[in-house]
Amino acid sequence: MTGATSALNGNISGEWYLALAAVLFAIGAFGLLIRRNVLVMFMCVELMLNAANLTFVTFANMLHDIGGQVLVFFVLVVAAAEVVVGLGIVVAIFRRRANATADDFHLMKG
Amino acid sequence: MLHLTYLIILLPLVGIAVQVLFGRRLGDPAAGAVATVFVGASFIVSVGVFFNLLTVHGAVRSFTQNLWTWIPVGGMQIHAGLYVDPLSMTMVLFVTGISALIHLYSIGYMKGDRDYPKFFLYLNLFVASMLILVLGNNLLVTYVGWEGVGTCSYLLVAFWFTRETAAAAGKKAFIYNRIGDAGFIAAAFLTFDKVGSLDYSVIFANVGKIGTANITAICLLLMVGVAAKSAQIPLFPWLADAMEGPTPVSALIHAATMVTAGVYLLCRVNPLLHASPDAAWIVALIGAATAFVAATIACAQNDIKKVLAYSTVSQLGYMVLAIGAGAYEAAIFLMVAHAFFKGLLFLGSGSVIHGLHDEQDLKRMGNLRVYMPITFVTFGIGWLAIAGVPPLSGFWAKGDVLDNAWAAHPALWVVGIFTALLTAYYMSRLSGLAFFGQDRWKNKVAIDADADMPDAHHADGPIPEPHESKWVMTLPLIVLAVLAAAGGVMAFATPHLSLARWVDPVFSGSLYNDHETTSTIWKLSTLDAVVAVIGVFIGLRLWITRADRPKLEWAFLRHSWYFNEIFDAIIGRPGARLAEFSSTVIEDKVIDGAVDGTGALVRRTGMALRRVQTGYVRNYALWIVVGIVALFGFMLTRTWWA
Repeated sequence: MTGATSALNGNISGEWYLALAAVLFAIGAFGLLIRRNVLVMFMCVELMLNAANLTFVTFANMLHDIGGQVLVFFVLVVAAAEVVVGLGIVVAIFRRRANATADDFHLMKG
Repeated sequence: MLHLTYLIILLPLVGIAVQVLFGRRLGDPAAGAVATVFVGASFIVSVGVFFNLLTVHGAVRSFTQNLWTWIPVGGMQIHAGLYVDPLSMTMVLFVTGISALIHLYSIGYMKGDRDYPKFFLYLNLFVASMLILVLGNNLLVTYVGWEGVGTCSYLLVAFWFTRETAAAAGKKAFIYNRIGDAGFIAAAFLTFDKVGSLDYSVIFANVGKIGTANITAICLLLMVGVAAKSAQIPLFPWLADAMEGPTPVSALIHAATMVTAGVYLLCRVNPLLHASPDAAWIVALIGAATAFVAATIACAQNDIKKVLAYSTVSQLGYMVLAIGAGAYEAAIFLMVAHAFFKGLLFLGSGSVIHGLHDEQDLKRMGNLRVYMPITFVTFGIGWLAIAGVPPLSGFWAKGDVLDNAWAAHPALWVVGIFTALLTAYYMSRLSGLAFFGQDRWKNKVAIDADADMPDAHHADGPIPEPHESKWVMTLPLIVLAVLAAAGGVMAFATPHLSLARWVDPVFSGSLYNDHETTSTIWKLSTLDAVVAVIGVFIGLRLWITRADRPKLEWAFLRHSWYFNEIFDAIIGRPGARLAEFSSTVIEDKVIDGAVDGTGALVRRTGMALRRVQTGYVRNYALWIVVGIVALFGFMLTRTWWA
């Protein structure tokens, strides 16, 4: 039993948290790629961000470095700001057209 | 007074400034008078410097005046310096003296010209350039003058630039001279590379270190410059076309400035030429060939100025021949004598052209001795002098050259003596046609109406009765006639005052005819005189009685041995074709092709790559993910790569 795992509740080791974070990130990324609904895509982004947060926290614990936990706060702030802007855009688009799937916005097509 | 040497150049330069600032206000004829005064003052200063130089004693009477350091770059220190020695002094004296007379003459000749002050501006610039060329104490200062006279010849030959032919002749003079300039500057580079200095004194002190092959190369490169400037084969055709300029310009170019520059340069670098017998031989051969070819051409020209132009080329050939034979003193002697009688002949022909209201065709002249007595007598002296009739200056000068040619190689002498016969013949033909025979100017149309003289203004009707010119034009004629007649005294005043003894110390070589026996020289001289008289007799006999002898004017000679046509065929037309090729193929296909191709390439690439920009967010996200995966893949496996 390592010192790093003893700080966590129970006998679950840090690797499991990292694996969970990787799975969450993969689900988020996959969802972002395959879903058309903008809101769901946002949720996927949140999932990815939180997977990253989980990684930060785990590593902070394993390496006894408070920096990882501090970084989580920054990520939360950025995520909140991003969601605000993103939802603002979505609302603006909903006002102009009936639906808001991501494929409807391809005005930037070359 | 030696320290006033710089004034010799400065005075004509001030004259230029005066013409630029006040020329228009001074007008006709004050502008001309002012220009003449400045050149005349320059002549007076020259005389003063000359007498001062006589009092300098030593191995070589010389004086160097360093005005300022012109180009100080590391090891290269080029001074704007003047060098006065018997050689440059001789040149300065006759350049300023004869130029002053020509200025005086121009006051009358150019009367009423649209650009009267500009003409004198150019004349002053011409004289100043020539003086810089002559007085420079290093190759670069000489080169400044060298370029200056080239530029002025362009400006003055094309002075009546509204005439198509004059503009073309100006360009021709300029381009031929550019070829020569290239040779000169290449020679200067090579000299600097080998010696590390351009000063004549340093170069001549280090002749031994340069190596014979390099000296030969330097001499031959300089000879390219000389061939262009002094109109030697193959670069002489420009001088005939230069007749498009006003007649005083022709006189200035042929007598005092410009064409003597090449001969002077060869004399100046005589230690180099002396160290390379090969180069000297080539110089002698070019001179002999030029003398002969030009003399034959002069036999068949109908334009009075063209005859004189080719006779100048021929006489320059004699000078170059003398230099090649090592007889620099003879070359200088002939140059001075030639300056007198050729200046006289050109000014005389100008007087004739003026009197006949701009008619230049010999076939439309005739019997002018009755109408223009002063011109006839003075011109006659010039004619007999150039023909080599004793005791006029030409006989002594040409005799010296021929004696030395004999000593160098009898073949050179044979060419020389035959050329002398031709010289006497064609000058007598000219005089016979112009001053004797019928009053052909009264005829309704020109006898030779299809003449190959685009420059002659053919009047359709009879020309009004000729008149003698005013004193400003006849006075220079009289002065020059006296000089041309008496110039021979330079050959044999007291031993230490003759021209040969005077310039002797400048030259490393010695006169060949010092080695000849007195009896040989007597025989050769007698032969010269006999040949001259025979030539004069034949020329007069043939051309006084009839003005129309097509059998004696071969088309081959009338077209100057087809030199122009040959150059046109081997340089002109291929050049035009190359330009055409550049214009249609290189410009249109290669350069435009490259530019258009670059544009098209960017356009096509853009058209292809625009498909990447789908506008779908998921596509972009996918590429980001692919990128991240690739990056992680790389980082995880990076130990394998290294």
